[in-house]
Amino acid sequence: MSAVLQNLVNQPYKHGFVTEIESDVAPKGLNEDTIRMISAKKNEPEWLLEFRLKAYQKWLTMKEPQWPNVKYPKIDFQAISYYSAPKPRKKLGSMDEVDPELLRTFEKLGVPMHERAALAGVAVDVIFDSVSVATTYKQKLAEVGIIFGSISEAVHTHPDLVKQYLGTVVPVGDNYYATLNSAVFTDGSFCFIPKGVKCPMDLSTYFRINTEASGQFERTLIIAEEGASVSYLEGCTAPRFDTNQLHAAVVELIALDNADIKYSTVQNWYAGDENGVGGIFNFVTKRGLAKGVNSRISWTQVETGSAITWKYPSCVLQGDNSVGEFYSVAVTNNHQQADTGTKMIHIGKNTRSTIVSKGISAGHSNNSYRGLVRIAPTAAGARNYSQCDSMLIGDQCSASTFPYIQVRNNSAIVEHEASTSKIGEDQLFYFAQRGIGNEEAVSMIINGFCKDVFQQLPMEFAVEATKLLGFKLEGSVG
Amino acid sequence: MIYPNSKSLLEVRGLRATVSGIEILKGIDLTVRSGEVHAIMGTNGSGKSTFAKVLAGHAAYEVTGGTVMFEGKNLFELAPEERARAGVFLAFQYPIEIPGVANNQFLRLTYNTVQAQRGKDELDPLEFDDFVREKMKMLEMSPDFLDRSVNAGFSGGEKKRNEILQMALLEPRLAILDETDSGLDIDALRIVANGVNQLATRDNAIILVTHYQRLLNYIVPDYVHVMESGRIIKTGGKQLALDLETHGYDWVSIEQRAAAGA
Repeated sequence: MSAVLQNLVNQPYKHGFVTEIESDVAPKGLNEDTIRMISAKKNEPEWLLEFRLKAYQKWLTMKEPQWPNVKYPKIDFQAISYYSAPKPRKKLGSMDEVDPELLRTFEKLGVPMHERAALAGVAVDVIFDSVSVATTYKQKLAEVGIIFGSISEAVHTHPDLVKQYLGTVVPVGDNYYATLNSAVFTDGSFCFIPKGVKCPMDLSTYFRINTEASGQFERTLIIAEEGASVSYLEGCTAPRFDTNQLHAAVVELIALDNADIKYSTVQNWYAGDENGVGGIFNFVTKRGLAKGVNSRISWTQVETGSAITWKYPSCVLQGDNSVGEFYSVAVTNNHQQADTGTKMIHIGKNTRSTIVSKGISAGHSNNSYRGLVRIAPTAAGARNYSQCDSMLIGDQCSASTFPYIQVRNNSAIVEHEASTSKIGEDQLFYFAQRGIGNEEAVSMIINGFCKDVFQQLPMEFAVEATKLLGFKLEGSVG
Repeated sequence: MIYPNSKSLLEVRGLRATVSGIEILKGIDLTVRSGEVHAIMGTNGSGKSTFAKVLAGHAAYEVTGGTVMFEGKNLFELAPEERARAGVFLAFQYPIEIPGVANNQFLRLTYNTVQAQRGKDELDPLEFDDFVREKMKMLEMSPDFLDRSVNAGFSGGEKKRNEILQMALLEPRLAILDETDSGLDIDALRIVANGVNQLATRDNAIILVTHYQRLLNYIVPDYVHVMESGRIIKTGGKQLALDLETHGYDWVSIEQRAAAGA
């Protein structure tokens, strides 16, 4: 890889600062008492404690998955603190009472916590380490019957809804990390869009890990009732530490008849340094259940951060004519590893799914697409189209594609296309010969490559993602 | 056309260059004045394309000796993109495919980059669209080309036309056409040659790198240079190309060796 490419990729991480704030951090270690402690801190009802304990018992019997195409040292689950919350100065009545230190942190990260802030029109739930510290536009949303806020709060204000849906899409014993999350999750967002309501603004959650050696285990639950629709955005950053932090989230989406949920993520967790030291282990389970007829679940993700990314936002297409979509850009650089993709489970008749995955590898990184398309015997007339493209920058990185296709109904149509390309000297020379320098050339090639995914993102996010990618890959070409 | 007292655009003196340590160019001398059309001919491996790429600044070639002055400036002090902005244009023998990047975006970026360098106005997408469509007519290109990815899936002839379209947009001072005729059928050859002829002015110059005389029926050179083993071994007028067509390249080599022996 030439010097030009090198410089293009190796840019410092901008969100690596630590907020000096007094936090209530639980001692490291995991046992039943830890779980009882978390549950007690949140003053949870008995059924939720039982949910957690059941998950913990199950987790003890499980083994870490070995199949992902990633390598990392064994995680010591006893060396992690499972709860960390900034100490509130007093009981919060409104946004103006949020600790100024926290406000400054999120201001620095560009997250608007004031409703009058620049990104008006997006409601934000802000999660700092283990707790939700603020939610904007809550009142305005409540006027149309939308419930949006932290899940800890929803457990108290809307226990029946939480109880009805929690763990229905990602069951307690689903997989190693999801089960761990079910045992120790601390906070996350809860969102309920009632029958017939089109959410008037984008909803968003911003996750920030601040404390070293703490894990973040958030739990998000989004329900769209009959005919409802919502667009939801998620952003994440973390300070720069030499140690690895674990982020094991669970996101469950439920769409009833004719409902539509669009979930977009721009993930920029700290990725470790150029030698692969530090960074977030991002082991996440995201799944949407298109339960009702004509419902639609759409995932869009731009994954640029984390030392390791292991996530497969999936759609279970249960309702007849339901639609699942997955649009992904995953960028890895230096020693980052990503094993990401999706699962499209077709159960209902005439269900349709689309997968567009774009992987970009630079430096010494390793980027894998792993995706499952399963057509159940009941899914007559099901259709899937998958497109998986990989782009290599330099010659030290690798890209892999692992498609799994299981078709058990012969009226189904499944298409899979894959390609691998490389930004090479010749392309850059061609641009240069037309007066265009390397950085601009790479940015143009990458944006062209990712165009199909970026155009799925809400406007503000698309701009953000384009910038982030340019920044991320600056210096990587040559 | 040769004009009296015309300004010198390009002066190549004793140019030597290697690729992977092997010397390909072994001392080239060439002067190109504005208004002129030069043809460089020679067999495969004689160094014609290497010469073209060295002038454009391809990183795979190392210049090991000699000088190249372009409009009085040392060409080797300029990065490839700076040479392009200064007015050196290379029409590629094998134009590069860039999947995902729309041709119109690419063309506009390159046009505006060069315009900015010349202190001229840049065009917004709508203005550019009108402008580029006009240029495309000259090359009988369908407007579909604008929405397709740069060169991706283009036929050989379409790629070559796209190169000449870029030449038309950028209005270079020195255009080097590297085997632009290869892979063209007779109709495409006529269209491309016609385009090049329309772009030739008193203020610019063209270097045609080619194997065959047939291109020179359409674009008439003022000078014909024959390259062999990294050197220009013979220079003449347009008749030289016709003689080569009749006698073959061996004829020049033998003649040269005889002259050297005598």
